Amino acid sequence: MARELPYIVAINEAIEFEMARDERVLYFGQNIATPSALEPFMDAFGGDRVRLTPISETAEIGMAVGAALAGLRPVVELYMSEFLLVAMDQVVNEAPRFHAMSGGQVKVPLVLKAGYGFTAGWAGQHTGSIYGMFMGVPGLKIALPSTAADAKGLMATSIRDDNPVCFFYHILLTLEHGEVPEGEYLVPFGVADVRRTGGDVTIVATGWMVDRALAAAERLAADGVEVEVIDPRTLAPLDTATILESVAKTGHLVLVDQATRHGGASAIIAAEVADQGFDSLRGPIKQITALDATIPYSEPMERFVIPDEDKIVAGVHEVLGSAPVAAKA
Amino acid sequence: MSSDQEAHGLDKDRLSWMFKQMVRIREFEERVKNTFEEHPGAIRGHTHLADGAEASIVGSLATLRGGDQVLATYRCHGYPLALGSDANAMMAEIYGKKTGICGGYGGSMHLVDVDRGFLGTSGIVGAGIPHATGAAWAAQIRKQGQVVLCFFGDGASKQGAFAESLNIASLWKLPIVFVMENNSYNVVTRVEQEDANAAAGEPLAIKAKAFSMPGVTIDGGDPIEVHGVVGAAVERARSGEGPTLVESKVYRLSAHGNIIAPPGIPLHYPEHEAIAVFGAPEEYEAALRGDPVPRFRARLIGEGTISAEEADEIAATVRQEMQAAVDFAWESQLPDAAEALNHVYA
Repeated sequence: MARELPYIVAINEAIEFEMARDERVLYFGQNIATPSALEPFMDAFGGDRVRLTPISETAEIGMAVGAALAGLRPVVELYMSEFLLVAMDQVVNEAPRFHAMSGGQVKVPLVLKAGYGFTAGWAGQHTGSIYGMFMGVPGLKIALPSTAADAKGLMATSIRDDNPVCFFYHILLTLEHGEVPEGEYLVPFGVADVRRTGGDVTIVATGWMVDRALAAAERLAADGVEVEVIDPRTLAPLDTATILESVAKTGHLVLVDQATRHGGASAIIAAEVADQGFDSLRGPIKQITALDATIPYSEPMERFVIPDEDKIVAGVHEVLGSAPVAAKA
Repeated sequence: MSSDQEAHGLDKDRLSWMFKQMVRIREFEERVKNTFEEHPGAIRGHTHLADGAEASIVGSLATLRGGDQVLATYRCHGYPLALGSDANAMMAEIYGKKTGICGGYGGSMHLVDVDRGFLGTSGIVGAGIPHATGAAWAAQIRKQGQVVLCFFGDGASKQGAFAESLNIASLWKLPIVFVMENNSYNVVTRVEQEDANAAAGEPLAIKAKAFSMPGVTIDGGDPIEVHGVVGAAVERARSGEGPTLVESKVYRLSAHGNIIAPPGIPLHYPEHEAIAVFGAPEEYEAALRGDPVPRFRARLIGEGTISAEEADEIAATVRQEMQAAVDFAWESQLPDAAEALNHVYA
């Protein structure tokens, strides 16, 4: 049975289910919301497994590494992805290294739950889409759900995974409702979701950009352009096969990414397709990304930096060499 | 002048100036809070008010002289006001306008006014402490007798950056004063839930001991006490004897910030955490009774420093100034969208 749930509630449902299923799962972090996100978990699972921490990211994430080495499965609540940058060493150079450095003797199963992309006037330090930074870190997995169902299924899979996982949820999606299966629900890592099928052009979009890409695809359909929209859902592992298969069919690729152009997911996907699917391409790959700027506070400047439906539609017309049908008055 | 005033070395004009700065900060913050109803949608993202900390801010900054520098946190409206920044430009920044003090790039959390020594703020808890320590190193190299004031909250003392910076500042005898505004709340949790010293019933200033520097706990609601203690620490720093940690106990009179919500949901200030989270309205009401602004007003009038009429005149002048700031902010133009790319590189 599926029912409509907000994205954020779907994530919590997965954590709750996994905590009930496996007593090794811990959930802890700071408390920055009223009411506290952790409180219901504390009531359900007790103060040993659910704890509030001080504002101490290096200790929070470092202790998650230690608890994982000692056999537990911590989920760290970070609220905003920028807060994990405070503990970059633990995320990049500790958690993902131990399994390999020990010759496979130890595992570091932990989940870093962090919101991102809060482009709603949060200015320069709380709005980043920073997942691309972690794509070059072997051993680290990256989940990036765009729907409530995926949010639940990917969180459950993150918790069961034996590796450190950055679970980046989009803050602007937290209250968006979607159908979510009840009970145990797992979405496998490394399996992209083809959200719309079409034969003219492939769009690969992530997170908040998936809905914008789907809306652009609707508009393009009215112009007679059939767009295939793919959401990779996890960036590491990345389902390159599904993207290549689609490009083999359409011959055109547009990438839509809320992250900056240089060092974002789209640049990496573009490189993979150029490397492995060059013969399928009938034109250049187009990247519709955030501009390479610190996100400004003021609304017109913020909007200018971020990809939107118009930019996606224009990008598709550009790769197809087609002219947009004049907008109806 | 009473003997008490002679002891603290502040004359009538200076005390009156300090009172006015406290009133300016309070009125500015009230107008920011009020904007959520007056001009819904004009303020985006997250704002944090310093109401309750005015005495601590003004008492501290009144000890500085030209060339000194200040770094603070995202709760940053008070400092530049007391340093002489233009309230119009500050309000316009918070409204996201082109005329803002940062051109609409920074907003409420990231006010900067370099000309007045306000080097900036970080939205990341504790991140500004090493910045201020670095500015103090620069001052030590420059040898012009400059001092840096570093403001942060009690929550920030749980960051590694706090321990690392205080150690180096003490080791290198940097000209800096660390002013920890302990407002008893780390966002929505109480300090004793997060701090080992607080949980053990110790003042947070005891942390200074670990870094072999003086640590003092003061009533941050009394601007004269703040001025005396921070002033002594500033002089100590200026004379090359190194840093001091001042724990200034204040009570934040508003919630941590406006509600966190996606676009489309009107923003507002929720009820204070004492009431909303801990069900302790009596704690909050007691804090209101100790509100440093009316408290200082009553003291100045009681000691004959200013008359009630003079205090009212100050308040009236400030109301006009902040009304003008709101009008200026509201009427100013938004930046052009493409200006977003103006300051990527220096």
